[in-house]
Amino acid sequence: MADEHPIPDNTNKRETADTQGDNEVVIKIEHLKKSFGSNDVLKDLSMSLREGENLVVLGRSGQGKSVAIKCIVGLLQQDEGICNVYGQEVKELSETELRELRKKVGFLFQSGALYDSMTVAENLAFPLTRVMKMTDDNEIEKLVQEMLDNVGLKDAIDKMPSDLSGGMRKRIGLARTLIMKPQIMLYDEPTTGLDPITSKEISNLILDMQKKYKTSSIIITHDMLCAKITSDRMLVLNDGKFIAEGTYDELENSENELVRSFFK
Amino acid sequence: MLVMAPESHYKMKTASVTSTTLLPDWMSEIGDQVLFMGTFARNIFRSGFEWNELVRQCYVVGYKSIGLVGITGFILGFVMTLQSVPTMKEFGAVSFVPSMVAISVIREIGPVIIALTCSGKIASSIGAELGSMKVTEQIDAMEVSGANPIQYLVVTRIIACTLMVPLLTILADTLALGGGFLGSNIGGHFSVILYFNKAFHSLAFTDLLPSFIKTIFFGFAIGFVGCYKGYNSGSGTESVGVAANSAVVSASLWVIVLDAIAAQATTLLAYN
Repeated sequence: MADEHPIPDNTNKRETADTQGDNEVVIKIEHLKKSFGSNDVLKDLSMSLREGENLVVLGRSGQGKSVAIKCIVGLLQQDEGICNVYGQEVKELSETELRELRKKVGFLFQSGALYDSMTVAENLAFPLTRVMKMTDDNEIEKLVQEMLDNVGLKDAIDKMPSDLSGGMRKRIGLARTLIMKPQIMLYDEPTTGLDPITSKEISNLILDMQKKYKTSSIIITHDMLCAKITSDRMLVLNDGKFIAEGTYDELENSENELVRSFFK
Repeated sequence: MLVMAPESHYKMKTASVTSTTLLPDWMSEIGDQVLFMGTFARNIFRSGFEWNELVRQCYVVGYKSIGLVGITGFILGFVMTLQSVPTMKEFGAVSFVPSMVAISVIREIGPVIIALTCSGKIASSIGAELGSMKVTEQIDAMEVSGANPIQYLVVTRIIACTLMVPLLTILADTLALGGGFLGSNIGGHFSVILYFNKAFHSLAFTDLLPSFIKTIFFGFAIGFVGCYKGYNSGSGTESVGVAANSAVVSASLWVIVLDAIAAQATTLLAYN
């Protein structure tokens, strides 16, 4: 595990972490830069995610956390730098290769992003029929039921997304993502906008699902309870760069005031 | 502008072409629309065509527009007849009213008015629906799951519009003739048989076919513009309204432009 406290040179720290870790690196980002017009969002981002690891990314709003994970799945394209997933440079992939890669990477959006013209069951069946090309209705129904059972919402199967609460939407969004059995999960603020009890439930659910399906995860959050429950390792993003890395306890006692301020 | 358009499929190419250059917005938009058209064309022939969604879209676009289009067509014929009868009377040409209504409605007014009505109803609806899906990250969610949102959302809607607008126009034209009969019959001028006999006798193949063909293009334009505006809307809630509004404006404009081209082409090919 890397040292805690400010990271003067991200690349050196990450390389140390890579070589020390036993598990394979599944995502490797090096010197990532991304701008929108004159706004430089990511200035020099470097990090790696190891197999089976839960990595929490902390940072204030507008620091580019979501932009970074959108680069990982090719929803956005970096201006400079390397964004490597399972040894493949995302920017270089063809449309077909990108679609294949995306089967391995699940993405839970902040809002859940449920398809609002479909029922919960249809939402979950959508990737199975379109991506996995499954045609057996019984098998699809069995998988949908199993996944809804996992997230504790078996009764919501025929409901429309508009009939669901915020927490339920996130659970269904998680179920829809996990039904594809991804090897990597990217969570974009999974507990934002939820009450503390639901937030804790979602955080525990993330941890349970990670253990059950043995995924590697990047979790973007401001919610320290979520970070405490889910994280193996944490990174703090500020001004387009990671400024600190460590476990929850290490960062809680960091000498950097900005890092400590997240824990107050 | 397409600067923040969804990237995979067609966006990676377009963003690099347009956002980094200093082209005027309108020029960038034309380039984007051409690329969007290319993406649409490629995805029509991809495996896994969404037949069920196409049928659903035909129902939404076609069946759910029958009321509006039907009433519009009927009143169009009715009002045209009511307003033209007094003038025709002055010339002693009331017997030409069915022919005049039939030719003008079927050749020009029917297709254009129905296409403009559909621009308001269908293009705005598609623009708002896809725009809202964009804002709520549903399109991104489809993309990252490995599904193909162009094939599911865009191809089906454009084809549904291309198929349904001509059929809606035929319905409206038929009802417009019915409205015309009612309008002329208020003064007791024609029997049903005489009215429709005179109306159909005046119509030639060169009136029907070009008119039908141009409605196919109108339908395509309405679907395409609605999808393009919605799919490329911005990221805020305001952009949903902007997408719906600009879809109506652009689709209406395209209908008028296509009509002018069709009129010129028909004159050259059919009447010379």
